[in-house]
Amino acid sequence: MLSDPRWAEALAKLPDYLGNHIRVSIAALALGLVISLPLALLARNRPALRGTLLAVASVVQTVPGLALLALFYPLLLILSAWSLNAFGLGFSAFGFLPSVLALALYSMLPVLRNTVTGMNGIDPAIIEAAQGVGMTPRQSLTMVELPLALPVIMAGIRTAAVWVIGTATLSTPIGQTSLGNYIFTGLQTQNWVSVLFGCFAAAVLAVIVDQLLALIQAGLSTRQRLKVSGGIAGVALLVIAGFAPTLGRSQPAYVVGAKTFAESYVLSSLMTQRLAAAGLPARQREGLGSSVIYDALVANEIDVYVDYSGTLWANQLKRTDIRPRKEIVAELKAALKQKNGVTLLGELGFENAYALVIPKKRADELHIKTIADLAAHAGTMSIAGDYEFFSRPEWAAISKAYNLKFREQRQMQPDFMYAAVASGDVDVIAGYTSDGLIAKYNLIALDDPKQSIPPYDAIVMLAPRRANDTALQQALQPLLGKIDVATMQEANLRAAGSASPDAVARWLWEQIGGR
Amino acid sequence: MQAAPWSISTDMVAQWTMAATAIAFDNVSKSFDGGRVRAVDRVSLAVTQGEFLAIVGGSGSGKTTLLRLANRLIEADSGTIAIDGGNIANGDPIALRRRIGYVFQSAGLFPHMSVAENVGITPRLTGAPAPAIAARVNELLALVRLDGAKYRDRFPHELSGGERQRVGVARALAAEPKIVLMDEPFGALDPLTRDSLGEDFRSLHTKLGLTTIMITHDMTEAMLLADRIAVMRTGTLVATGTAKELAAGTEPYVRELMSTPRRQTARLNALMTEAGAL
Repeated sequence: MLSDPRWAEALAKLPDYLGNHIRVSIAALALGLVISLPLALLARNRPALRGTLLAVASVVQTVPGLALLALFYPLLLILSAWSLNAFGLGFSAFGFLPSVLALALYSMLPVLRNTVTGMNGIDPAIIEAAQGVGMTPRQSLTMVELPLALPVIMAGIRTAAVWVIGTATLSTPIGQTSLGNYIFTGLQTQNWVSVLFGCFAAAVLAVIVDQLLALIQAGLSTRQRLKVSGGIAGVALLVIAGFAPTLGRSQPAYVVGAKTFAESYVLSSLMTQRLAAAGLPARQREGLGSSVIYDALVANEIDVYVDYSGTLWANQLKRTDIRPRKEIVAELKAALKQKNGVTLLGELGFENAYALVIPKKRADELHIKTIADLAAHAGTMSIAGDYEFFSRPEWAAISKAYNLKFREQRQMQPDFMYAAVASGDVDVIAGYTSDGLIAKYNLIALDDPKQSIPPYDAIVMLAPRRANDTALQQALQPLLGKIDVATMQEANLRAAGSASPDAVARWLWEQIGGR
Repeated sequence: MQAAPWSISTDMVAQWTMAATAIAFDNVSKSFDGGRVRAVDRVSLAVTQGEFLAIVGGSGSGKTTLLRLANRLIEADSGTIAIDGGNIANGDPIALRRRIGYVFQSAGLFPHMSVAENVGITPRLTGAPAPAIAARVNELLALVRLDGAKYRDRFPHELSGGERQRVGVARALAAEPKIVLMDEPFGALDPLTRDSLGEDFRSLHTKLGLTTIMITHDMTEAMLLADRIAVMRTGTLVATGTAKELAAGTEPYVRELMSTPRRQTARLNALMTEAGAL
C-alpha cells in the first residue's frame, strides 16, 4: 500500500502545506489569546459582562467552522475596499487574514470559559489572605490568582489549540493553503490517499501541540523548569519549522487558481506545468470557492484560472437570457475587461455545461431522450444537484422551460452524484457534460431541445496586472482551442481514478499535441 | 488553679493603660446588604501598646468584621479607627496591611507557594533583597519552633494543621509588625496543638513587644491568653475588662459566657482532687 506513488506525492507537498497550517494556526491562537485572556480577566468581577461574553463566544462556536471562515471573506472585502477609499491602503481579503480572524474567534470560547471558571474557582479565603498580607490587586492577580487558575486556563488553551488546528483545514476554500488542501483536493479527485494523509497530518500536529502545552502546564504546576523550557522549546521549534519553508524558498511570481473540483485541479496543474516549462515560476492555489476565485483574480491575488462562460454570465453580469456560445464569450470579454480589468485570454475548446443525467438503461425503458420527455415522469422522480445548482438561474430557466416539478430535490457533493444516480439512490442528477463519470457509470446526458441551458465554454482568465504580460500569455497560448470535450472527459475520468491532477495534466498535454 | 506564668504581668497591664494607645476604634459602625445587617454597631474600643486583647463572641456577633475594619479589608461606614494616633482612612490601605500582621482562621497559606515563600511574602512585596528574606525566613521559622531546614521547601498541603498555623503566624510576623490581628487562629486545631500554639504565641507576643488582637469564640482560651477581653454580641460591645473584672460583672450574656469555664474548672478540680493528682 505504501508503494502507491501518491504517498510520495503527498509527502512532497508537506513542507508547504504544514508550514502554512502552522503559521495560520499559531497566528490565530496567539490573536485569540491576546483578546480572550484580558477580556476574561476584565469580566471576572463583572457578572453581566461575563455572561454576555460567554454567550457571544458560545454563539460563535455554534456557527459551523466553514461558514465562519466563509463569512469573513466578504466582510474583509468590504473593509478593504473602504480602507482603500478612505486611506488609500488596501489589504488582502483573501487567504491568511480572514482565516486568522475566523479561527481566532473560534478559539475564544474555551479560553474565556476556562479562565473565568478557573478564576472563580479560587477559595475566597486565599484571595483575602493575599489582600491581608499587603498585596495590591495586581500582585494578587499575578502572584496568587493566575498561578492558582493556571491549570484550568491551560486546559482551555489546549482545547483551543486542538480546535484551531482542526478547523484550520477548512481555510483552504477561502484561499489559505493548509493541510486541508490534501483533504479538499483528495475529496474532489477521489484520491483517498491524499484525504487520509491530510487528516493524519492534522491529527498528528494537533496531538503534538496538545502534548507540548500539557508539558508546559505540568512543568508550571510542579515547578519543574526543565519541563517548562522543554515544552516552550518544542513550540518554538514548531514555529521555526513553520516559517522555514518560506524562508528558504523565493516566492514564485505566478499564482494559478483552482476551483473545488477535479477538472479545475487538472487544468490548474496543466497551466502551472506550462508556465514552468516556459521558465516562469508558478504555484497553485487550490480549492477556491466559485465566487471567491473571481474576486481573488480581480484583486490580483491569483494571476490566472479557468472559469466557464455560463457561470460568469450569470454571476458576474447577472444575466438570465440565453445567447449563442460565441456571442456570450464576446460579450463577457468586453464587459469583464471594462468592469474589473480582467482579461479573457481565450477558450480551451470544450464546454462543461450542466446537463440532466440519468442511467442509460432507465432512459431506454422509459423512452426518455430529452428533458421534454423527462418532464412527464418528473413528478415521481427525485433529482440531485451540487450545492449551488438549485439556486442558480439555469435551474430556474430549465424548470420553467420544461415545466419540471420533481418529487424531491437533494444537494450532494459532485463526486458522489454519479454513483448515486447509477445505484438508483436518486433518479436524475444535474451533472456536468465534461465529466468522465457519465461514460464510466453508463449514464446519458439528456438533450435540451429548447436550449434553456446556457453554454459553458472553459475560458482562461487573467488578472488585471497580467493584462500586458506577454510571457505569460505566450506560455498559455498552446492550450487555447486544443481540448475537446471527449479528451476532457477522459482526463476527468483519470483524475477521478487513482491518478493525481499533476499526472493527468501531463497526460492531457501529451494528448493535445505537446511533447 | 495555678496562675499562668504570664499573669504576673498584671502590674505591667496597669503600666500599659497609661502607655500610648495602639489601636482606637471610635464609634465605628459597619452594615452589609444595604444597611439591613448591622454587623458592627457604634463600637468604641482602645487597645494599648503591648496589650493582648481577645474579642469573644458567638458567630454573627461582628467580631471578625471589627478585626477586618482595622486593616481595611473592609471600610467602616461611620466612625474612625486610629492606629498610633493616625486615622487609617487617610493612608494607603496596602501600606497599612504591610505593617500589620494578620493571621487567618485556617492559616490562609498560598497553596502554590512553599513554606519559605509564604513566610517571606510581605518582605518580598516591600522589595526586600532575596538573601535578607531567606535569613528572615529561617529566623521566623525558628521563632514559631519549626525546623527551617526541614520545613522551608515544603508545601502547605504537606503540613499538619498545627504546622500550617505556625507558618501562618511566622508569615504575619515577617515584616516585623508592631500589631498582630488574629482571626480565630487556633479554632480548627486539636486541643493539645491548640494549647501549645497558644502558649507559644503568648510568649512571642511578650518577647517581641507586640500589640495583639485575637478573635475567639472560646472564653477559656481568651481568659488563658489575653490581658483583657472584649465581649461582643449582635454588633455591639457588651463588656470589656480583665478576666477577673468580667467574672465579677453582672451583664447576663457575659455571665453566661463565663459560666462554661467556671463549670469546667470546678469539675476538673473535683476530678483532679479525687485522683490525688494535685
